[in-house]
Amino acid sequence: MNKARGNPLNIAAAHGILILYTIIALFPVFVILINSFKERRSIFREPLALPDRESFSTIGYETVFNQGDFFLYFQNSLIVTVATLFFVLLFGAMAAFALAEYKFKGNTLMGLYLALGIMIPIRIGTVAILEMMVATGLVNTLWTLILVYTAQGLPLAIFILSEFMKQVSDDLKNAGRIDGLSEYTIFFKLVLPLVRPAMATVAVFNMIPIWNDLWFPLILAPSEATKTLTLGSQVFIGQFVTDWNAVLSALSMAILPVMVLYVIFSRQLIRGITSGAVK
Amino acid sequence: MRQSRIKWHIVVFLAPAVLVYTAIMIVPLFNTLRLSLFTEVDQERVYVGLENFRTLFGDQRWSDSFWNALGNNFWFFFIHMLVQNPIGILLAAILSNPRLRFSAIYRTAIFVPTILSFVIVGFAWKLILSPIWGIAPGMMDAVGLGDFFQPWLGLEETSLTTLALISVWQFVGIPMMLIYAALLSIPDEILEAGECDGLTGFSAFWKIKLPLILPSIGIISILTFVGNFNAFDLIYAAQGALAGPNYSTDILGTFMYRTFFGFQLQLGDPHMGSAIASAMFGIILIGVCFYLFAIQSRMRRYQF
Repeated sequence: MNKARGNPLNIAAAHGILILYTIIALFPVFVILINSFKERRSIFREPLALPDRESFSTIGYETVFNQGDFFLYFQNSLIVTVATLFFVLLFGAMAAFALAEYKFKGNTLMGLYLALGIMIPIRIGTVAILEMMVATGLVNTLWTLILVYTAQGLPLAIFILSEFMKQVSDDLKNAGRIDGLSEYTIFFKLVLPLVRPAMATVAVFNMIPIWNDLWFPLILAPSEATKTLTLGSQVFIGQFVTDWNAVLSALSMAILPVMVLYVIFSRQLIRGITSGAVK
Repeated sequence: MRQSRIKWHIVVFLAPAVLVYTAIMIVPLFNTLRLSLFTEVDQERVYVGLENFRTLFGDQRWSDSFWNALGNNFWFFFIHMLVQNPIGILLAAILSNPRLRFSAIYRTAIFVPTILSFVIVGFAWKLILSPIWGIAPGMMDAVGLGDFFQPWLGLEETSLTTLALISVWQFVGIPMMLIYAALLSIPDEILEAGECDGLTGFSAFWKIKLPLILPSIGIISILTFVGNFNAFDLIYAAQGALAGPNYSTDILGTFMYRTFFGFQLQLGDPHMGSAIASAMFGIILIGVCFYLFAIQSRMRRYQF
């Protein structure tokens, strides 16, 4: 790539390719968003035109608000995601600390055991998970999703966090021990604050797949009261296939929260990936 | 004395994670493998050994669906490897140029599809490619290609490839980011040394950078493999559980879902579902082992 040498033609070509791909990446989102604010006829007549005073309409959103319980779905997704992140981070950090800090028999074996789940997808065990959730009566509760996603998120979280915990200086921890701090205090007061950036990375990595998952909500918690936003919009759109206004509005409303999260956390996410957290 | 005592704090630190992980992930995994050896007769669970697998591979109706799903899954994976990774590498190579302006904006924008859910992606493309709405045909008309438009998602020959390309569109950000990180970690001295030997521009990329990022490409390949072989959501969102038209987009994930839950007139069968899940487990295990032993161990890693 002799673009590095600053040849203006090559720089222009580089921008050209990147702009082209950026358009490809954003175009579908853009089309959905603008058309969700148009009335039915202009959606079909001029799909690429921005909504103007004549074609502007929020009829789709009205249908969505009247027919679907999107606020509830959103709340469910939020509860599941936040609770899962809490457990993944707490349990993951504790286990990572044990693996990184203490030398005990079976340490390596335990590390390997916990790392298995990075490569083997939890979906393979769905049949037995459903049976177990039915047997324990957890099916169609948000807890079932929280438990499954916690189990799914732990392996990678432990793997990433223990790498970071190994870098925390021993002197600091030993100084704490000399001062008579318990191992728990050392973990919560000394080590956890130091690995906060790594925790943020783990949180962001986990957030998106949980928020977007369709498989487990569909199988474990499909009841009206526990639908997540992803499942809720899937079902809603399935019912309103021919109502284009409603479909486009529902899609836009499903896009919105992720986009807001992405705008808030994109730096963290991109830094996490590029700092080599997943290797 | 200290040595022999159980250190309770280690147990306390490990217990929650190990318990949840074991109870929700490992036990069900093995339980699913075990369930594939059973079947239901008169509402009772009966051990039948490998009978389910004999049905799956031997019975014409089952084996046709299975091989169809497996073949489709390989094609799905093949398209990803062929399209997603080269595009990812190209974008990363361009972005890694330190003199390029606005690279953070491009990076953020190109990653947007990756954060969207399959439901959004599936429906959005379905609408855009729909002949009823006419965005795709309209745009192709504008550049004089109007005659080439076809309802790609609705045709047996093209729907699987179209869905694979939609999935590529969604996930291209991941290889791009990982390769970008790998390219940034190559020290300048190596590139300068290459320059002294007359390697600049494209040949520098081909002869220096590409060999150095091979391990990252290996990781991306295995991540793609695992992701593709338990994919389900996109096909379900775009084509439904029947993976139409005429099962042409059926992959192992949708096949397992249909078998497990039943569809239309066929009743759900958790035991056959487990058998398919076991087959998926085997395929993923073979892929991961192949990567770990045949590829990763042979790959030279360079320490800078």
